[in-house]
Amino acid sequence: MIAELLERLFRGSGQGSREQAKQRLKLILAHDRSDLTPQMMEEIRREILAVVSRYVELDNQGLEFSLETDRQTTALIANLPIRRVRGEVLASTLTGPAAPTTENS
Amino acid sequence: MSRIVVVTSGKGGVGKTTCSANLGMALARLGRKVVLLDADFGLRNLDLLLGLENRVVYTALEVIAGECRLEQALVRDKRQTNLALLAAPQTRNKNAVTSDQMRQLVESLSQLFDYVLVDCPAGIEQGFQNAVAGANEAVIISTPEMAAVRDADRVVGLLEANRVSKMGLIVNRIRPGMVRANDMMSVQDMLEILSIPLLGVIPEDEQVIVSTNRGEPLVLADRPSLAGVAFAHAAQRLEGKEVEYVDLDGGDESFFERLVRFLRGSRA
Repeated sequence: MIAELLERLFRGSGQGSREQAKQRLKLILAHDRSDLTPQMMEEIRREILAVVSRYVELDNQGLEFSLETDRQTTALIANLPIRRVRGEVLASTLTGPAAPTTENS
Repeated sequence: MSRIVVVTSGKGGVGKTTCSANLGMALARLGRKVVLLDADFGLRNLDLLLGLENRVVYTALEVIAGECRLEQALVRDKRQTNLALLAAPQTRNKNAVTSDQMRQLVESLSQLFDYVLVDCPAGIEQGFQNAVAGANEAVIISTPEMAAVRDADRVVGLLEANRVSKMGLIVNRIRPGMVRANDMMSVQDMLEILSIPLLGVIPEDEQVIVSTNRGEPLVLADRPSLAGVAFAHAAQRLEGKEVEYVDLDGGDESFFERLVRFLRGSRA
């Protein structure tokens, strides 16, 4: 308590630029390492959304796409909040004819 | 089996040449036969940092061109006879030689020395490719700044592609006071981001400029500064010894920081 109080007293807000640097770097390095261009990322995003939207209705406000990486692996993290599940009929009619073309490509 | 180590960073001005000079001198003082190869063709500086500029007659270029023997071009350091320098040509640029020629040069140096330390130029173009050509290990230099870390990460990737898998990180010019104030990335932050093993942590030190002015690497001083000690330790770690990291805190700590630390400690 006292320590934090003193720290705040003598160092302003205490929120330095260090964490900002770290977070910005992590994000930029994830992109540097993956060799994915912003155009490709956008394309992936569009296609994933199109596929998922066949089955569920998404909350467009809360959508998040990001790359996370360490030296060994890079992961595409997608957060797609679902507003509601679409009806069974709608899903099957939409996937039915589309399935063969996606498999071939 | 001698070790061929390239000292590299991607970004310029982070301390590659200073690190090369000090690591080389420190290893020589540990009894190893060391040659420092300046691969920064066209912008040579390693000879200056070592104070050997007046003794350079031939450079790596003449050796490669077969205009002189390798032994003729090697400048032995009189203060530390285990150390030799093969200077870079100043008149030609980085495209003057090929990677294969550099590989051969490094190969012939490795017959004569325990360590071949290659001081890499900044950038990732031909000069970089030449410098890493014969290397089987790398020392990555980075300062705790975003641009330096980003470039270091790029270089790590390129080294992996060149099958240089053994790497160590030297964090250069760290300012403990700024880290404590949360205004500079810490060594831990950098290790987390770059994920390569740590070899050394060098604090920011005005003596680096003084030592360059004099042509005497920091590790040669009778009473080396904190940075000098840190370089000597890094060399020992390169040799495989386990050396405790010097406590860099404390030095520039203010009264209130000490008080905060004291109160924190008493709580734990």
